[in-house]
Amino acid sequence: MDRWPDHKAWFLVLPVAVLVAFSAIIPLMTVVNYSLQDVLGGTYFFVGAEWFEQLLHSDALHGALQRQFIFSFTVLAIEMPLGVAIALALPRRGWQVSLCLVLVALPLLIPWNVVGTIWQIFGRSDIGLGGWTLNELGIAYNYTSNSVDAWLTIVVMEVWHWTPLVVLLAYAGLQAIPDAYYQAAKIDGASAWAVFRYIQLPKMRGVLTIALLLRFMDSFMIYTEPFVVTGGGPGNSTTFLSQYLTRLAVGQFDLGPAAAFSIIYFLIILVFCYVFYRALEGIGKGAP
Amino acid sequence: MSRIVLDQVAHSYLPHPQTEADWALREMEHVWEDGGAYALLGPSGCGKTTLLNVISGLLQPSQGRVMFDDTDVTALPPQQRNIAQVFQFPVIYDTMTVAENLAFPLNNRKFDKTYVKQRVEEVAQMLDLEGDLHKKGARLSADAKQKISLGRGLVRADVAAILFDEPLTVIDPQMKWQLRRKLKQIHEQTATTLVYVTHDQNEALTFADKVVVMYEGQVVQVGTPQELFERPSHTFVGYFIGSPGMNLLDCQLEGKEAVVNGGRVPLNEAAAQRAHNATGRLQLGIRPEFLSFDARGQNGLPVRVEQVDDLGNYQILTVRLGGELLKVKIAEDAEPPGEDGSLRFPPDWTRLYANGQLVG
Amino acid sequence: MTLTLTNVTKTVAGETHLADVSTELHPGGFYILLGPTLAGKTSLMRLMAGLDRPTEGQIEMDGRDVTRVPVRKRNVAMVYQQFINYPSFTVYDNIASPLRRSGMRAEQVDTKVREAAETLKMSHLLDRLPGELSGGQQQRTALARAMVKDSEVLLLDEPLVNLDYKLREELRVELREIFARRSAIVVYATTEPEEALIMGGNTLVLHQGRVLQQGPTTDVFRHPASMQVGRSFSDPPMNYAAGDVRQDGNGNREAVLAGGIRLPLLGHLARLAPGRYHFGARASHLSVKRNREDDLSFKAAVTLSEISGSETFVHVDFGEDHDWVCQEEGVHRFELGQQIDVFVNPRDVYAFDTDGWLVASPVRDKTRQAAQ
Repeated sequence: MDRWPDHKAWFLVLPVAVLVAFSAIIPLMTVVNYSLQDVLGGTYFFVGAEWFEQLLHSDALHGALQRQFIFSFTVLAIEMPLGVAIALALPRRGWQVSLCLVLVALPLLIPWNVVGTIWQIFGRSDIGLGGWTLNELGIAYNYTSNSVDAWLTIVVMEVWHWTPLVVLLAYAGLQAIPDAYYQAAKIDGASAWAVFRYIQLPKMRGVLTIALLLRFMDSFMIYTEPFVVTGGGPGNSTTFLSQYLTRLAVGQFDLGPAAAFSIIYFLIILVFCYVFYRALEGIGKGAP
Repeated sequence: MSRIVLDQVAHSYLPHPQTEADWALREMEHVWEDGGAYALLGPSGCGKTTLLNVISGLLQPSQGRVMFDDTDVTALPPQQRNIAQVFQFPVIYDTMTVAENLAFPLNNRKFDKTYVKQRVEEVAQMLDLEGDLHKKGARLSADAKQKISLGRGLVRADVAAILFDEPLTVIDPQMKWQLRRKLKQIHEQTATTLVYVTHDQNEALTFADKVVVMYEGQVVQVGTPQELFERPSHTFVGYFIGSPGMNLLDCQLEGKEAVVNGGRVPLNEAAAQRAHNATGRLQLGIRPEFLSFDARGQNGLPVRVEQVDDLGNYQILTVRLGGELLKVKIAEDAEPPGEDGSLRFPPDWTRLYANGQLVG
Repeated sequence: MTLTLTNVTKTVAGETHLADVSTELHPGGFYILLGPTLAGKTSLMRLMAGLDRPTEGQIEMDGRDVTRVPVRKRNVAMVYQQFINYPSFTVYDNIASPLRRSGMRAEQVDTKVREAAETLKMSHLLDRLPGELSGGQQQRTALARAMVKDSEVLLLDEPLVNLDYKLREELRVELREIFARRSAIVVYATTEPEEALIMGGNTLVLHQGRVLQQGPTTDVFRHPASMQVGRSFSDPPMNYAAGDVRQDGNGNREAVLAGGIRLPLLGHLARLAPGRYHFGARASHLSVKRNREDDLSFKAAVTLSEISGSETFVHVDFGEDHDWVCQEEGVHRFELGQQIDVFVNPRDVYAFDTDGWLVASPVRDKTRQAAQ
């Protein structure tokens, strides 16, 4: 900020500020407002923290929250190592680079609801290539009736869809490492594992932090894909937080609890991102 | 430790080199004696880094053999050659402490724990790093990092040679002195073969027992700093070493004298004799340090003083002799010259070159 | 146009990059910022350029306060260590870019570009792309681009540091001559004392964000105001030893240095009052042989000897951790650990007080001073 003592620049930011005010700040304030009141036929009662209390004791929320955490951590545990592994396996130079990158990035280019549809069809045991093949192989698989299968389908879909993002970020991190590091490691007799552990991983720390934060937030807020594939079922087995929230707000018009829930949801994500960020920043910077 | 022999080594980065210019390294024979301190000196693009990488094994030469003592290592990768290398920009494992950095090459080779600890302590002491052993590498200054890179080479008792690729580039002048001094002392203590690549003549000359000067992919002279300074065997060496470089003047030979712009410069009899048998463009070369300037204009060829530069420890005169400009180095406290003076060429320091090659 | 900095301080995140810098730069002047890495050279240049704003203090151009005027409204040009050019532009377009941006007519741009290219000896390279040039040529392009727009302040931040030694030597001389013909304020940062001496002009010695001394380059070199300046502005750094000036019953004074070395108080040293001092001598004033009758000699052990062709640098140790470097003309060989006599003329010795400030510096020959 120091570099631009010219205050005229602020005017250029004004449109964005207005946009953000309308798209984020005002709705957020509305939500806060709703969360503290009860709406009954056009009249508003102030209820204080009642919705929050009610929610914190709701089993449905606890279930959704638990499922959400298991889902996000499973997905992260698969996507991060897999993404790094794929990035390591990609060629470093030559014409193959752009070809590989395009192929890897393809899933990222598909709209989310289409991703859902693809997997919804792919997994069907009657006409879907995946589902049919599994059943032909003698593995009983049906994501509409078996909750484990439903989970598997959604996790695999999420991994398929988003690992490429981790790959691209990790690859960018790898490309930025000067050759001298690899040469020195060779001369020091370092194994491939040591090169990874002591050169590649520390040098990728920055980009991996970003990847982890992005993937955590996205997976924690996942909505479209499971909605299209399983609709949250069978039972509530794949009903994650956002879907539960939607049901509460749009399905039952419980605006008060839904608003309170949104705020809790928002805070959870904020807290986790902060914790991740601090934890990763701390690695390698340790005590002198 | 071993003697390193380059046998008819040449390298080209192109698959099918056609002309001479396609070779980054032209065919050469060279022996690096065990325990020597060598500098590989030349301008960018002269092939010195290529040569270094051929020795370390990071690069396989297009032709020829690399021998460590009697073993042919041409096809061996760096980790099997027992070579250590220090790079231009310090390479340090950020997440490790200094001690872990130093132990890294030994741990990779699965040495005994107590031995590793002992070696690390020895090397840390040698490099004055004892106090920093438990610091994280990432927090150190550039010169400390560079010491650690060096330490990772020293820690291996079996290292055949330590190679340096312009290691002082990112170091401040004041620290350069200390690091170079450290390097010298370590060489005295360990007698490890050191090969030091640089474009900086000061670094090369102060560091090395033997300097290998490269130019356009070829070795043009190998010699002690003194030899390179006093008897450059090629005009390129004369120009490249010394600051300012050697004065080179076109001349003709008449008896025992060289004629420069009508002025006569006496030569050594033997030198003149050899020059008579040489063909091609004849040049007279003399270093600014060896010219003697006389402000009263009584001795030697008359010259006109064009410029005087006070460089603190000495002065540089730019003088005109006919159509040629010469540099003359005179003492800090020498009397200030007027506009005119004369220049004497001591025969013992006056060299003759034919087509760039030293003849006398 | 005169550029004046008054009590300029710059702190970033609690760290002081510049502390209380005041200086005045005049048009046509050549100013060297000399100091090690992180001394504040780049920070100072960024303030002069208007890339940063000082935390405190004022920057004026011809008396007009420009402290808050951003870089694009100041007429400045800057050249960096790294070779920064537009990679997809030819050399011609690179040099022309600042002129075109200012809306100059095409014919005029053409004349200016060719003139600048001529000055920097690169007329034959105008059609090339930066990627096809050597390091030296790339930096020449950047220099031409900086010079073509006739800016009032030209800032060069270690422009030659990434070039080969020999190339540096040639470009230094060329640049010095080019700048001598211009009326801009030229500021040139370097870490090398030798470069400062070759470029001449005025020098500001920077250390840990402070300007320790400023003045004509050779004056600063010959009369370093403090021990730190002596260290920064000598390569190898100036040698120091503490000592006491004592007076006997007859009023005769002499200094006794560490290691028991007795220093006669000749010339400029004669006026030192009894007390404790730090004495300093440059490597070039130490010798391994007696050069003058009144030279002082002391015993020391050789710890290292470096031969640089024309000169030998002998590192010696005379006890109590005094490692000195002696620079001797010609080639001399010593065994390590060998005891030798080291000579220095008292007339070449600097004296600093216990706070490190210069008390007495050698007087140079009258004839020389007159000639300058």
